[in-house]
Amino acid sequence: MSMLQRLRVVTFVLLLAAVALVGAACAQPAGQQPAAQQPAAQAPTEPPAQAEPTAEMAAEGLSGTIKVGCAHALSGPIALYGEPIQNGIMLAAEEINNQGYLGDATLEIICEDTAGDKAQSINAFQKLINQDDVVAILGPTLSNSAFAADPVAQEAKIPVLGSSNTATGITDMGNYVFRDSLPESDVIPNTIQVTRDKLGYDKVAVMYGNDDQFTKSGYDVFKATLDGQGVEILTTETFAKGDTDFSAQLTKIKSLEPQAIVVSALAEEAANIMVQARQLGITEDVRFIGGNGFNSPKLAEIAGDAAEGAISGAAWSIADQSQENQDFIQAYRDKYGSDPDQFAAQSYTATWLMAKAIKDANSTDPAAIRDALGQIRDFPSPLGTFSFDENRNPVHAPVVLVVHNGEFEVFE
Amino acid sequence: MFWQQVVNGIWLGAVYSLFALGYTLIFGILDILNLAHGAVFMWGAFFGLLTVTRVDMPIWIALPVAMLVSGGLGILLDRVAFKPLRERDAPHLAPIISSIGASTILISLAQAQFGAQVSRFPPDTFPTRIYNIGSVSVTLLQLVIFVIAIIMMVALRAFIQRSKTGKAMRAVAYSERISALLGIDVDRIIVGTFFVSSALAGAAGVLLGLAFSAISPFMGGPVELKGLTVIILGGLGNIEGAMVAGFLLAITEVLSVAYVSSDFRDAIAFTVLFIVLLVRPAGIFGQALVKKA
Repeated sequence: MSMLQRLRVVTFVLLLAAVALVGAACAQPAGQQPAAQQPAAQAPTEPPAQAEPTAEMAAEGLSGTIKVGCAHALSGPIALYGEPIQNGIMLAAEEINNQGYLGDATLEIICEDTAGDKAQSINAFQKLINQDDVVAILGPTLSNSAFAADPVAQEAKIPVLGSSNTATGITDMGNYVFRDSLPESDVIPNTIQVTRDKLGYDKVAVMYGNDDQFTKSGYDVFKATLDGQGVEILTTETFAKGDTDFSAQLTKIKSLEPQAIVVSALAEEAANIMVQARQLGITEDVRFIGGNGFNSPKLAEIAGDAAEGAISGAAWSIADQSQENQDFIQAYRDKYGSDPDQFAAQSYTATWLMAKAIKDANSTDPAAIRDALGQIRDFPSPLGTFSFDENRNPVHAPVVLVVHNGEFEVFE
Repeated sequence: MFWQQVVNGIWLGAVYSLFALGYTLIFGILDILNLAHGAVFMWGAFFGLLTVTRVDMPIWIALPVAMLVSGGLGILLDRVAFKPLRERDAPHLAPIISSIGASTILISLAQAQFGAQVSRFPPDTFPTRIYNIGSVSVTLLQLVIFVIAIIMMVALRAFIQRSKTGKAMRAVAYSERISALLGIDVDRIIVGTFFVSSALAGAAGVLLGLAFSAISPFMGGPVELKGLTVIILGGLGNIEGAMVAGFLLAITEVLSVAYVSSDFRDAIAFTVLFIVLLVRPAGIFGQALVKKA
């Protein structure tokens, strides 16, 4: 028997053992079935058909635990967004492992807290890369943190996939930096186009948080789009993170009589702005229009009636009826007892994308994973049919939502 | 628009003053800059919220309950974070550091308990009623909070000036040692001061939680910074000073948004603070009122 033949026999035996193990594992958790089956449905033929040839090609294949880092804000004010993000990652990892998506290898998610802070984000990345030897990193939460920490991953040649970084220039940091969060530059022009066609406004007031990369870059895109469409901006009002009183700005806006108010803010602040605007007597036909930040169940929950009619451009919709999305929402509700938001949908998708890249690469080599990640096209996900473009930015259709009876619906 | 902005400013001023009252009280009497005041304020909001949502009580019961429980939390804070330092005659900076630690612990506990997300009182907790007088709109809630803030200030001042405990507090503020020699139970006065200050913080937490629908473990941070500005501007430890400075800061902020630009709001407000301190280094009202015994 030649060396090669012997290797084949060993591989075959190993493969048999693996199949038996996976079979046994699948048979055990009966309760997991509905959720666990969903993303597998997109490629039902894959596991049995592909396992044999790939295992033969690369003798080492995939086995043991594959460590993937998760660097998100789990404490401090930004944990508000870090928590659903981590929930999405953990849900996806559980599904990936339960259905044996990676053959006999399992995904181990190692979480580090960035606290939404630049220095802590850098520390988290360094620990994940140097101490934990992760093959890839999911995170960080804020664009601000990404600008600080992603270069660490780039230098170490570890792929990093952000699921909530939407500021301009994130992926320009290097060829190992990816994101699956549709930037505001894709979402906002679509929102303005669609709402202007329906509502026909040409004089608006603009409000934004001027001490945050996300809301600032949202404002820049709003301004460019409004200018481009010939919409007059009557006034531009700013506020700071943590502000709760907006009555001075809103009083000024009211006196200028805009037809709509464009807001680049996160849901909690936006909700307060809406409540106070209605209290000051800004009438309901003056609609609020916002970007990704509006798209949270918190908006209607906090603002109550004042949120009615608010329009949100978004990368993801809880109202989208695709199978992947409905399965995701159901699984999330079952596990966490609440509705997912866009951050959870994007981090869930990011984890699946990473698993797909590892599987496609059939390797735990970060460079191979990076190459496979960049090759992903038309992946069915809760966000829709997902692809990366050549600049490692996401490509999928944005949506426009409107609050109706306290729930987001597709704006038509 | 001008009158609406003045109303906005008065309303915001009531908010700042309400928070600053208890803050300045502890400083005036005990010489402690209690940086955990914002955390007690936050817990007050949560105590109120829990009383309304879990025990199903109306807001006018939840407010005193939250004040009592916050007061108790204040006493606990003193026993754990300040008393051991006092007994050891620790240097002046130690209580500040200790209060930062206490603040971090209280915020982390709240986050562990309630999560990081923002909560609000149920919408029907307080009736939404809006009054339009000419071109000016005011909500019933704003009026009520303004009135409560004024009542609390007047009551606190009367308490310090007239009551026996208040007089003892002023004596302690003057000198703990002499007060002890005169037979004042200094420890009891300190406990009382922490109770009153923290109860005021709890009341502010509930009222602002109601007003802004933004109750979260981190709600104390931004208010604390503004509160610190207010008590410095008013003269550290000065109750009327804090009240007047609260309105002054708020009206400056509102008018700079209205007539300059919201970009410069904080810059203008802090420039005013800077100028006042140049002219009157001890704040508008100079020396601490409680110490003028």
